Amino acid sequence: MSETPDLEAFRAETRAWLEANCPPEMRQPVRGDEDIFWGGRGATFKCDAQKAWFEACRDKGYTVPAWPKAYGGAGLNAAEAKILREEMNRINARPPLSSFGIWMLGPALLHFGTEGQKQRFLNEIARGEIRWCQGYSEPGSGSDLVSMQTFGEDKGDYWVVNGQKIWTSYADKADWIFCLVRTDKENKYQGITFMLFDMASQGVTTKPILLISGNSPFCETFFDDVSVPKSYGEDCPGYVGEINRGWDVAKYLLGHEREMISGAGGDDRSAAIGAAMKRHAGELDPMLRAELAMFDVDALAYTCMGEKFLDEIKVGKAHPAQPNMMKYAGTELNKRRHELMMSAGGSRSLEWDSEETGGGKPSRNWLRTKANSIEGGTSEVMLNVISKRILDLPGA
Amino acid sequence: MPLYHDEDQAMLAETASQFMAEEGAIPKQLRHWRDKGCKDGFGHELWKQMAELGFTGILVGEEDGGLGMGHVEAGIVLEEIGRNLTPSPFLTSSVLAATALSEASADLRARYLPGLISGDSVFAVAIDEGAKHRPERVACKAEKSGNGFKLSGKKDFVIHGASADMIVVAARTSGSDADADGITLFAVPRDAAGMSHDAVRLVDSSMATHTTFDNVDLDGDAVIGEVDGGRAVLNKLLMAGRVGAAAEGVGVARGAMDMTIDYLKQRKQFGRLIGEFQALQHRAAHLYSEVEIARAAVIKAQQLLDAGSERADLMASVAKAKVAKAAGLAVREGVQMHGGIGMTDEYDIGLYMKRDRALQEFLGDAYYHANRVAELSGY
Repeated sequence: MSETPDLEAFRAETRAWLEANCPPEMRQPVRGDEDIFWGGRGATFKCDAQKAWFEACRDKGYTVPAWPKAYGGAGLNAAEAKILREEMNRINARPPLSSFGIWMLGPALLHFGTEGQKQRFLNEIARGEIRWCQGYSEPGSGSDLVSMQTFGEDKGDYWVVNGQKIWTSYADKADWIFCLVRTDKENKYQGITFMLFDMASQGVTTKPILLISGNSPFCETFFDDVSVPKSYGEDCPGYVGEINRGWDVAKYLLGHEREMISGAGGDDRSAAIGAAMKRHAGELDPMLRAELAMFDVDALAYTCMGEKFLDEIKVGKAHPAQPNMMKYAGTELNKRRHELMMSAGGSRSLEWDSEETGGGKPSRNWLRTKANSIEGGTSEVMLNVISKRILDLPGA
Repeated sequence: MPLYHDEDQAMLAETASQFMAEEGAIPKQLRHWRDKGCKDGFGHELWKQMAELGFTGILVGEEDGGLGMGHVEAGIVLEEIGRNLTPSPFLTSSVLAATALSEASADLRARYLPGLISGDSVFAVAIDEGAKHRPERVACKAEKSGNGFKLSGKKDFVIHGASADMIVVAARTSGSDADADGITLFAVPRDAAGMSHDAVRLVDSSMATHTTFDNVDLDGDAVIGEVDGGRAVLNKLLMAGRVGAAAEGVGVARGAMDMTIDYLKQRKQFGRLIGEFQALQHRAAHLYSEVEIARAAVIKAQQLLDAGSERADLMASVAKAKVAKAAGLAVREGVQMHGGIGMTDEYDIGLYMKRDRALQEFLGDAYYHANRVAELSGY
């Protein structure tokens, strides 16, 4: 495939930069949460290589390559960002910084934020200084998110927030939260505000939730008379978009989350699993081999769909509700992948804390995937959205 | 290359879509020829019209008078053929035989390609021996005889065999049945003495033959490519045919799905449109996902094939298998969601089910290709 001279030069430059700046230790697959650098006030580096790699990327704008330079990015266009991704994949480079700020809040601020908010919050995210968490779901509001009850009472230039969130990822480790708060009890959809506040504020407490996987990536988060300012300074409101119009922001972000969970653009090296399973298991039972083959057909075809989806998004050809389809198909596929990996692994994959399994990785990961089709909108909700918005079925 | 149609391809799709919806429509072609008991199973006039649009020579090089386009373009025509269940010799002639002839001598190309491009000729390919697609084994024999060969054996599932002016036949010229090497492809003309057809009508009203070769004398000139070196050409035409059949299958799937979703918006039971029932909505939405994914796999396979990529063979099997699964789902859900009328001959949804079944079997079904995906992936 031919590239324009500009892009060819960019590729060569990028390759050389990665060669010079990505330490060999950072070219290994991520083996667990401890290999991921999340940033934040209390962040520590696992090793010098992780620190060096993060700092090099931060200074180059490569923690968020497609964001404008003024906000801590590198200002890359879509073609350049794709080249950077390809070149990083080529050497198996780890992401220098992971965060909900990059994946979720950043896109919301780029779309809805004021200049002052972008200057402050985007730069903090890009530089890994503040770690964010997301406050959406509540105990009584899962799939029916808009029924949420956490309430902010208007006190003039601040709100007093009371209520409870659940499934707040890493709330116990986060510095700030972007949070949906009801500010008008009469208006279901137009009565929610998308607030930003410090998790160190008085009245915020978190409690990790132990999952069936034995891990606790999520928390319950409680708000007890938490003061949330309406402004953090000139042109920097304490909420995104307009007051009472936070649902617009949330919907926009859910679209992003679905794209992310669907693994769109995920690398196709992980798509086909049959060959790896045979290496692990030695001989495959013929029926298991058959199931693996059928799975690999679906997985390889889905990889094509991911590529097509990204290509179409770039030129505005994708149906606006298509991320729901990607999320549905991608998460169901991932659950099937882990079921098959458990079967191929046999009794070894049942081990919960043995060294050989890296502390029960196969079974813990298998259990974790069960949440894929629940979080960010259940498969059933995705099917509802496809019915209504793509197929235009009545009364959906 | 982005995985969607560029401007020229979108224009071709527009042309093909309009043409097939008008001229290739079910009452005008499939039902018309079926109800007449037509021995060809398709209309020659439509084939001529396809020639006028340049479709017949879409894969034929410009130096041979064709359009010199690729598998993405051939797939565009095939998807519309599938959507309208249009019976035509396009897949066997313009994709399979044309791919084989692209490897043939100038003499053979000059002999056969003008007729293909003008729509005067119809071609077939004879590969299968037995009821399942097993091209790894070739038992049909061609023995050296003077300057030529004597061809003996039997081929099955030869689509359009009795209508064909020329049949591309894969035969063994050395080694034993299961050997990869020792295969030669021949262009066998309609009037070859010793070739006989037992014509059968299939479930989808298409016509196929069990074809017997009884010491058929063939010129040395009838060889396509190299003697004993036919496996490479055979693989090439199989790849092209599989990707083509997958494209047609996507059209069948989309046609059946669209018809079914329309029906969900019209049919009332219990005082409501049945499309309001979540039980049906979720199944329709799942079907939509599967068909979209299958279509993406097909476009990817077409592009890899056009680019001459090493991954084309794997993706051809992925596409053929995925389409078989998705289109199978589309027609089964289609008949079920249509309820009782889905079982009647009057409604078209059953015709989609029949065509899908025949197309699934052609050049390998989902099981064959999933197994192939496993083998090519090393397990």
